Amino acid sequence: MERKKIIVATASLAGCFGCHMSILDIDERILSLIDLVDFNKSPINDIKKFTEYCDIGIIEGSCCNSENVHVLKEFRKNCRTLISLGECAIMGGVPAMRNGIPIRECIEEAYLNSPSVKGHNPEMVLPNDPELPMLLDRVYPCHEIVKIDYFLPGCPPRADLIYAALEALITGNEMKLPYEIVKYD
Amino acid sequence: MAQKITIEPVTRVEGHGKVTIHLDEKGNVVRSRLHIVEFRGFERFIQGRPYWEAPVLVQRLCGICPVSHHLAAAKALDVIVGAGTGTGLSHTAEKIRRLMHYAQIFQSHALHFFHLASPDLLFGVDADPKVRNIISVARVNKELAVQGVLMRKFGQELIQATAGKKIHGTGAIPGGVNKNLSEEERDKFTKGAAPMNPGAMVAWAEEAIDFFKQYYKKNKEFIDTFSVFPSNHLSLVRKDGALDLYHGNIRAIDSEGKVILHDVDYQEYFNYIHEEVRSWSYMKFPYIAELGETEGWYRVGPLARLNTCNFIPTPLAQKEFEQYKANTDGKPNNMCMHTHYARLIELLHAAEVIKDLLNDSDLQGNELVRRGEKKHEGVGVIEAPRGTLFHHYRINDNDQVAMANLIVSTTNNNEPMNRAVNHVAKTMMTGKKEITEPMMNAIEVAIRAYDPCLSCATHAMGEMPLHIQVITADGMVVDEIKR
Ligand code: SF4
Repeated sequence: MERKKIIVATASLAGCFGCHMSILDIDERILSLIDLVDFNKSPINDIKKFTEYCDIGIIEGSCCNSENVHVLKEFRKNCRTLISLGECAIMGGVPAMRNGIPIRECIEEAYLNSPSVKGHNPEMVLPNDPELPMLLDRVYPCHEIVKIDYFLPGCPPRADLIYAALEALITGNEMKLPYEIVKYD
Repeated sequence: MAQKITIEPVTRVEGHGKVTIHLDEKGNVVRSRLHIVEFRGFERFIQGRPYWEAPVLVQRLCGICPVSHHLAAAKALDVIVGAGTGTGLSHTAEKIRRLMHYAQIFQSHALHFFHLASPDLLFGVDADPKVRNIISVARVNKELAVQGVLMRKFGQELIQATAGKKIHGTGAIPGGVNKNLSEEERDKFTKGAAPMNPGAMVAWAEEAIDFFKQYYKKNKEFIDTFSVFPSNHLSLVRKDGALDLYHGNIRAIDSEGKVILHDVDYQEYFNYIHEEVRSWSYMKFPYIAELGETEGWYRVGPLARLNTCNFIPTPLAQKEFEQYKANTDGKPNNMCMHTHYARLIELLHAAEVIKDLLNDSDLQGNELVRRGEKKHEGVGVIEAPRGTLFHHYRINDNDQVAMANLIVSTTNNNEPMNRAVNHVAKTMMTGKKEITEPMMNAIEVAIRAYDPCLSCATHAMGEMPLHIQVITADGMVVDEIKR
């Protein structure tokens, strides 16, 4: 009898893609993983909209603009289990270092004051086109926007940790957490 | 009826970039734009942090090639701690860093070729999007997929051995590195069971080039004509004109090969390169100051590097380089799809460099750090997998970062990518009633040739998601296509 495959979806919000790269670092195991799971909406395939309710949703990155919030809410609606993968998703990570600094200062530093722009932007052009999503007042960790079921720490979480978590969720067995695979940087 | 087409390759899911194309009543492309919709504010929020944090902090803006940021920042800080640039470090430190960097080039180029380019090459650009991904590659050609996975693994493990971690390592510090490579660590690679050793990696890189050359033979017209336009080219080159991805001077040439920037010192990059801000993208538009905004834009990355350098300093890659150059009679290559070809030659070069370096006993040396007279400002430039990467820091008397400026590889390619989108949109969409899936993929293929982080990432294992809206001039959505 063929077992029904577990359906996994992933997204990268305000993150650096390092967490997604760490998923790839499970190396050869990815080839056996694709026998056990199907990927739904994810940067790793070409399904754009949720086509079915998913078993597992994996989120990398925090929320820094309106778009991120929208995507995160979609994921909550369409995934039974939602995982915050990595420090950015869990607590904002490096992007959250802008919290506490007025966003205007961040923008001016990049587009008016930088040594390769300074003096060459007399009209003081700033990115403000309606095509660009609205920046949020600060960077929010995912669990402040929606309920998150599991948190996998690390920047990025080690591939072994990601694999162990997926294995546990797929098989229903309790996750083994040896000291060596949980890291916080 | 005037229309606006929005291709949102990544916004819905990743939120990094999207394309808009405006058509007039007759279906002529009047405007196209590649928008980068992400903003972090790094330049501001790093201010006040101790300078030695920069190499570990900054790389967290890009987890796809973190080693490049790690090393560019470290190189800038070498200047600040008085170790100078390039030859200022101990042999051990410089070679450990080179090993780390070429491992990164190797894994990144392998990832790009196998996970991203090979689906298009195996199945065709206009194949069913459902099969254009690495999972399908694994199903029809398991061997190729396994090769891709293992080549990436080899590179990642070398990075771990030199930087401490596969992603976001800590190995490079201002003035040097924090560890050498022990004999035991080295032997894991040099004596690795096949195929996990440098010799096997060189052989696989050669196979990858053959794979591409076969494909090129059969699809010459597509490879030679798709999204071709003249441009300037810029990269670092070694003093003797050799390809060097870790250190060198800035050289820029025009589309005919005339030198524009003649091997200038990158500590003064801001005299040669300025950036333009446009309201519709968070990504700035760099240009060569002397030529101005409209003429001064340039390409970076594998295609540009093989145009600017005179030769490749490893024998196998040099042989391939000569063959490659013969395609354009030694002139600069302005054919977008040849970037894949150039990337594979660099892949081979990286494998050769890794093989040589691993046999160098300097890696086991003990002089790790050098320092000299402290400075308040430093610039670090490196050839990242996707092209030239600039880091520039100024510090205050308390050792805090006072100013930071970055020009990342993908930013350098901003204008060329926009041109590529425009070029493809004009040739494929003008006057067409219906915008089809293959047309959208063609736009992506053009962007993808530059391997920009935004698409490289989303293509880690397959297709970029696409969302196209056909919008009337007054903003009404009249058609919507989602792949
Ligand atoms: S947690 Fe670290 S690796 Fe993951 S997205 Fe954030 S910065 Fe990148």
